[in-house]
Formats: sequence, C-alpha cells, structure tokens
Amino acid sequence: MSELRELYQEIILEHNKTPRNFGKIETANRTQEGYNPLCGDHLHVHLYVNGDQIEEISFEGSGCAISKASASLMTAAIKGAPVAEALELFEHFHQMLTAEVDEPVDDERLGKMAIFAGVREFPMRVKCATLAWHTMKAAVLDGQDPVSTE
Amino acid sequence: MTALVERPAMDPSHSIDVEKIRRDFPVLNEKIRDKKLAYFDNGATTQKPLTVIYAVQRFYTTENANIHRGVHFLSQQATFAYERARGRIGQFLNARDNSEIVFVRGTTEAINLVAHSYGRPNVGEGDEIIISHIEHHSNIVPWQMLCEEKGAKLKVVPINEAGEFLFDEYEKLLSERTKIVAVTHASNALGTILPIKEITALAHKHGAVTVVDGAQGVPHLPVDMQDLDCDFYAFSGHKLFGPTGVGVLYGKKQLLDAMPPWEGGGSMIQRVSFEGTTYADPPTRFEAGTPNIAGGIGLEAAIDYVNSVGREAIAAYETELYDYAVEAIGEVPGLRLIGTAREKVAVLSFVLGDIHPHDIGTILDAEGVAVRAGHHCAQPTMQFYQVPATVRASLAFYNTRGEIDTLVKALHKVNEVFQ
Ligand SMILES: Cc1ncc(COP(=O)(O)O)c(C=O)c1O
Repeated sequence: MSELRELYQEIILEHNKTPRNFGKIETANRTQEGYNPLCGDHLHVHLYVNGDQIEEISFEGSGCAISKASASLMTAAIKGAPVAEALELFEHFHQMLTAEVDEPVDDERLGKMAIFAGVREFPMRVKCATLAWHTMKAAVLDGQDPVSTE
Repeated sequence: MTALVERPAMDPSHSIDVEKIRRDFPVLNEKIRDKKLAYFDNGATTQKPLTVIYAVQRFYTTENANIHRGVHFLSQQATFAYERARGRIGQFLNARDNSEIVFVRGTTEAINLVAHSYGRPNVGEGDEIIISHIEHHSNIVPWQMLCEEKGAKLKVVPINEAGEFLFDEYEKLLSERTKIVAVTHASNALGTILPIKEITALAHKHGAVTVVDGAQGVPHLPVDMQDLDCDFYAFSGHKLFGPTGVGVLYGKKQLLDAMPPWEGGGSMIQRVSFEGTTYADPPTRFEAGTPNIAGGIGLEAAIDYVNSVGREAIAAYETELYDYAVEAIGEVPGLRLIGTAREKVAVLSFVLGDIHPHDIGTILDAEGVAVRAGHHCAQPTMQFYQVPATVRASLAFYNTRGEIDTLVKALHKVNEVFQ
C-alpha cells in the first residue's frame, strides 16, 4: 500500500479532481492532439506562443488521474516560461520517470513535478505521466499529426 | 420466513473440485507484490495447465522435427502428432471432416484469412457486410479494409442498453446485397452471447455466409459446428488454456475447397513450376510455411484438459460464480456494471464513479488482483456506453469465491484512495 500512496499523492489526487488550466483558450495559436492508444487517454493541449515564450497554455480531454494531474501540473509549471525551459523541464521529468527507483530525485530542477517519482514503481504508467508533455513538445515544435505514445 | 424454493439436486457431473483444478495451474500459486494472485484477465489470455506445459515440453524434448517433409522417424512422429491434434479439434467442434480445420496464428489471422480468401472473390461493389456493434477490432477492421477495397458497405447491427444484439434490426439489415455476416459468439468487452444459430439460419435465407468470432465463445459455450451451422468459426488457442501463437479457422468444406490461397510458400502447393503452380487441397492450401507445431500439440492437450473437467460442469460452475460475483461487487458504492444481457458468459465489465479504469487497475494490481482496464479492443462498444474504458474481470473455472471477495475488498480500497 505504501507504493500506492507514493503514486497517488494528495497533490496528484487534488489536481485530478480540479485540474488547472482546463479547457480551451481563445487566443491559442498552437493546438495539438495527444493519444495513448493502449489505454485510450486522449487530450488536446492549447498554447499561445509568442516569440519563444509560452504565454498561455491549457489542456482538455479524458484520462487517468496520473495523466490528468501531470497535464494540470505541467500547465502550471510552464505557463509564462520560455519554450526552451519547458522542453528542458520535460527532459528532466522524463529522465526522472525512467531512472532506477532508488536514484535520488532532483527536487530543485523538477519543482512540483518531483511528486511523480512514485510512478517509477509502475513502469506501465510512465506513458500516462508523459502524454501531456509529449503533446506540448509536439505543439511547440509545430507538429501536425496527433501524438501517440506508441 | 417463507419456505425456501427447493433447488433441483445438483447433478454430480455438474460440479467441479476447484482446489484440485487449481493445483493443475502452477502460475495460480504465484505471489504478486507479496499478495496472492487473483487472476481475472482470462478474456485476454487464460492460464495453462501442467498437461499443456508438459505436452509442449515433451514435443521439444523427444519429438521435435518439421512436419510433412522428412521421411525420417521424428518427422513422421511430429506429423502424426500434429495431424492427431487437428483431428481432436475437429471432434471438439463436431466438424464433418478434419480438412475443415485450418491451423492459424489465432482469431485475428483466421478472420483476415476469410476476408482475404472468401471475401475478395465474393464481395463486390455495392455488396454489404453485416457486423454487430459489439465486435472486437479484429472482427471490424478486416471487413472495413475489404469494403474499402471493393466499394462494399459495412452495416452494423445495433444493441440495446443491456448490450444485447437486436435481432429485429438485424433482420431489417439483411437483403440480397448481404454477402457476409460476421459476428462474435460472445462479446469480450461485455460478455453478451449472440444467438449464432438463429443469426446463421436467417443469413442463409438471404444467401449470405456467417463468420463467427469464437475467441470468447470456445472457452465457455457449446461449439457444435453442425448444430450452429455457421460457415466459418475462428478461435485462439491461448484463450482456451492452450499456448499462444496457435488458433483455428473452421470452414465448411465446400467453401474452403473453392477459396484461393491466403499466403504463398512451402507446403500449400501441389506442384510448382515457373509456368504456374497448382495449390494443395484444404486445409494445407491455407497453411503455407512451417506452422506452430508445438502449439497445435499444446492446443490438443488443452482440449483434452477441458474435456476431462467437463464442458457442462465448467459452464455450471462459471454461472454460479458469476452470479455470486455480480451480487458481491454490487455492494461497492459507485459501481456500475456495463453489459447486463440476459445471456452472458462470465464477464464483469464495470466503471466505478468517475475514477478512471487505469487507476482502478493499478490499485487492484497492488492487491494481487489482475484485471483488464481499457477499451478491450472494442472502442465502438465503449462509445455506445460513453465511457473511454472499463475495468473487466473475466472469470474462468479456476477462479473462486474467495478471489471474488479479494476483488471486492480491493475495490473498496480504490474508493478509499479516491474518496
Ligand atoms: C472477441 C475477440 N475476438 C478476437 C480476439 C483476438 O484474438 P487474438 O489476439 O488471439 O487473435 C479477441 C482477443 O482479445 C477477442 O476477445
């Protein structure tokens, strides 16, 4: 049960219940669809990118608690950030999720995203935690086709 | 207190000794994260009894050789064993002739084979193919591909809220344009049983053939081909307690005889020259290349095992366990059963409040309970119920009431985490 508590932390459950930046934004100039065919998680990420700055970001869709909370926390973390910084954070986040379970977590770099460290115990759920991020990345790099985790 | 209705005495041939059976399935003793395994993902694949494991092991240990080609002793032995397995499957399905049994990789390959070798020559522009709303993707996509290629139309028989096949609607869809009716024997996502015999009789009246996806039918239901009278029937060995990578296409002899091959290669020929090739008779015509020999032999062992437990006893036990499970999970607050057809195999598909099935699956797994969480390769079925996914517990005759209790307890835990 302790691994479960690690996974389903209060903050994750809370963001699942009341996700931040949920819905469409009128001013969006980038929209990207993301899809996890294995489990049917499906979301859209909307961004307003101005120069190299992510000024606005939101998401909508359906998914498990992990994917929804990760999307919600992502929007909170990178809203107002330079694109390069957002991509770098994704890089660190991804590394953390796929690292060995006992590897120390770099809280400073990851900020709130560090609470997803518990996902490492559940390799099948890594894709849930990264779906929104992959989608955001494709959007800022101006991808056209829907992003798939497979 | 009112007098209890007297139950008919249990026919002893209808009861099974589940503890004894469980000893035949070694994997059931496994511990998952320090918890006893409760395996409820039988719809995805079933566990294997020792007799199957040993049959495969024995083949590789003492009999291994390729079939239908060597004159040496082992090749003859292997050929004999493989063909004996075919015969056993023929008996099991009550086929008229062993040549009606084609070995394939599984249900998916069997349906694709029919779409290719029966569908392509027999379906033309403006023709129609009928399927049901609750098909597995493997009984949807091959027909969509065929329709696209031929300019034919795919018609879908709707279901009601319980997940039942609407026979009247089916009747309305049938016409002289209908060439193929492809339906599942039992739905993997809901458990609904379809009335194959009646569906077939009506299809025949309109000159159409029926293709039955038996992946979930074979493990639970009587499969008498002469009684059902369907034209094709497909199933997978691995869902019938046999090995993965082997399955069966049953096809009526006169249909198979008229069909062109599916893949070209070794074994499926009569004579090859650069001027032209003549093909072997069925079933060989459809079995190009070296098949899964050990798989076929393992499947025979699986059928022997199922027969030794008794098909009727299995059905009776599963029904009783299913009724117990429905009542038990009914106590979990927020739980909604998806698929409540009167005629069902032992499948419990459900959602729990607005908790995503994946989260439920992960929490159940932490309690040692293995279920499937997802769309079950039946997205149109999920769309009908307007859910992205469900949790599915699909039962087998080695499951127990104790395991159901474990499932219920774990579901309460899910509610606790997500309170
Ligand atoms: C109803 C149904 N049809 C077809 C299939 C496909 O079987 P296989 O993957 O063994 O080819 C399955 C298995 O998931 C099934 O449940």
